[in-house]
Amino acid sequence: MRISLAHGNGGEETYKLINNLFYKYFNSEILLKGNDSAILSNINGNIAVTTDSFVVNPIFFNGGDIGKLSVCGTINDLAVSFAKPLYITVGLIIEEGFLIEDLEKIVKSIGEEAYKNDVKIICGDTKVVEKGKGDNIYINTTGIGVLEDTNCRKVNVGDKILVSGTIGDHGTSILCSREEIGLYNDIKSDCASLYSLTEKLISNLENIKIMTDPTRGGVATTLKEICNKECKNIKIYENDIPIRKDVDYVCSMLGLDPLYMANEGKLICIVSEEESKKALDIMKSSPLGKYAKIIGEVIDGENGELYYETLIGGVRILDMLKGELIPRIC
Amino acid sequence: MCIAVPGKVIEIYEDETALVEFIGVRKNINISFVEDVNIGDYLLVHVGFAIEKMDYLEGEETVKIFKSMVSE
Amino acid sequence: MDNLELELCKKIIMKINKETTKSINIMEVCGSHTRSIYKYGINKILPNNINLLSGPGCPVCVTTESFIDNAISLSKREDVVIVTFGDMIKVPGSSSSLSIEKSKGSYIKVINSPLQVLDILKKYKNKKVVLLAVGFETTMPTIAKLLRIIEERNIKNFYVLQEGKRIPKIMEHLLKDDDVKIDGFLVPGHVATITGISDFKNIAEEYNVPMVVSGFECLDILGSILALIRMINNNESTLKNLYKRAVNNEGNLKALIYIDTVFNKSSGTWRGIGEVDDTGYELLGKYKYLDAKYYFELNSNSLKNNYCMCGEILKGKKKPYECALFGKSCTPNNPKGPCMVSAEGGCSIAYSFK
Repeated sequence: MRISLAHGNGGEETYKLINNLFYKYFNSEILLKGNDSAILSNINGNIAVTTDSFVVNPIFFNGGDIGKLSVCGTINDLAVSFAKPLYITVGLIIEEGFLIEDLEKIVKSIGEEAYKNDVKIICGDTKVVEKGKGDNIYINTTGIGVLEDTNCRKVNVGDKILVSGTIGDHGTSILCSREEIGLYNDIKSDCASLYSLTEKLISNLENIKIMTDPTRGGVATTLKEICNKECKNIKIYENDIPIRKDVDYVCSMLGLDPLYMANEGKLICIVSEEESKKALDIMKSSPLGKYAKIIGEVIDGENGELYYETLIGGVRILDMLKGELIPRIC
Repeated sequence: MCIAVPGKVIEIYEDETALVEFIGVRKNINISFVEDVNIGDYLLVHVGFAIEKMDYLEGEETVKIFKSMVSE
Repeated sequence: MDNLELELCKKIIMKINKETTKSINIMEVCGSHTRSIYKYGINKILPNNINLLSGPGCPVCVTTESFIDNAISLSKREDVVIVTFGDMIKVPGSSSSLSIEKSKGSYIKVINSPLQVLDILKKYKNKKVVLLAVGFETTMPTIAKLLRIIEERNIKNFYVLQEGKRIPKIMEHLLKDDDVKIDGFLVPGHVATITGISDFKNIAEEYNVPMVVSGFECLDILGSILALIRMINNNESTLKNLYKRAVNNEGNLKALIYIDTVFNKSSGTWRGIGEVDDTGYELLGKYKYLDAKYYFELNSNSLKNNYCMCGEILKGKKKPYECALFGKSCTPNNPKGPCMVSAEGGCSIAYSFK
């Protein structure tokens, strides 16, 4: 059975879809009231809001699917903003002809991920577009959280850069999931919610300067953005950057750089040198941070450059990702 | 120029192809340009074709040459 | 890289620094060598008196503007599907690129192996599928294989627009150019895998320019550069093969014979350089029916370059930053010439890897 235009036009088919499918997996009290708006009360503190849209192809990949991604991505944006994720909204744009069986898998993923993270789904919307006018399914999620800490700490020379684990897994996994690449592989997306990790870091450290998750554009683009914003120079070391051997090899086969491949379950944090060892220990004690490393530090200078020292001691300047990542052959 | 990477032969098929493993990933590769391919051989692979059998003994010899160049 | 290998690399670097006593120009012809050099930071630790020139070994960089224009005009046809390797789609022709045409709705498919064309042919039985075949001796056997299969299976809706090129004589051509001073070459390792070493060796000996066949790992390139410096210092003008694990002296005879069953050797036209004898391929008579140029009656207009200095950069005469367009109107997002488009192009690498 497939999604038809009728499922998106607000009539009986829409009503049945909401009740039989969405409410089956999204069972928050607020949502089940079925009102036009969700009314939230008793939020104590400053509110963090974030929104993101998800268009990943393929929609099912090793390590997750677009549903899981849409929840984790938004939770992570809240978590790295020092907020506790509380609520999430889900908007779907579905292409006519999409299999209802696949929709159910995705909706189930969304419900499970939200439940795992104690986040309530409070609003939703579904639209259906004509065949050919959408790429299977697009998802938008908006997240609401409450701030647990205010972050006004200055980034200083000597501060250390930590990453919670191996880089480039998600981007490489997605690429390998595409049939045309023709690679049989076990590379899994690292798609995961980071809140359990950020919560621990916030509770146990005094001086977290910056937290962020390096999604599209990879670790290099994210760090370069920080350099630009803070007007600081950062240096990272090839020797210290954790990369899975298979991810590294696939990237070199296709002429791509893991530093620019997407991640969906990794944390970058910048802490004072004094707290860096403690921060590393906290990360490593979490299942999300088994392979955490200190990969570099903030160095002298204010021109916003990101330096990368290779194994043999050559120092390159890294820029943001420019243009598309197209696998090279020749 | 052209990216080519080494991989190890795991299986050989009738139709001039072999299953080749490259550190954790596997791909079907056309082996029509290489003679006497055996399981366990290392092949140099470019755009889905094996273009040569790698000779790791020669590789070790090259490393020895490099070592001798710095011990002079 | 393990610790032992790293230690060896560091020792080689020390020797290179010690033994380079004068200004030396080394051309690394191959785009993949250029990329490895930048990736490992080799260009950053070499002494200043070693000048690395990146030569015309990036097939996308040396493909003529008229080839791109022809590909673009074919892509605009409703009855054509263009099949190409990744890099080609961003290369600018005189007024557009395949990437721009793709966004306008042209059927353009990106592949990473020639045999993927066979799946595309099954899917588009009612269209004319045209493969853009660009590459050097490393890739041409694989194109030949595809064409043989097409012929054996009597497939009727396939055409190839090819501009394959051969390396040894372009190196010789550069050596004949008085403006270009090259003291030594790093020979493209994977081209040599197919061709063997004799063509390169003959040029080394005839023109008194030492050459080293090099692999692509950090240790390979550093060791090969040291070997080259020693040969230059000792006036040794011959060829050393330091990639024997992948290159044997005779090359891959099976692959070479395969190429000869589909292609003739001919002159080649290099963007930024012009026509050079004995550096190209043309289809044999029996495969001419597959030639897109012939079937679609395409022209080879050579159009004027738009202030882009790619030609001079390819020859090693100029560096990317010496081009007025570099980093300003010409960036990886908005390339004006092939050197900026291709990930192996000198300008793209200079821009991205700084």
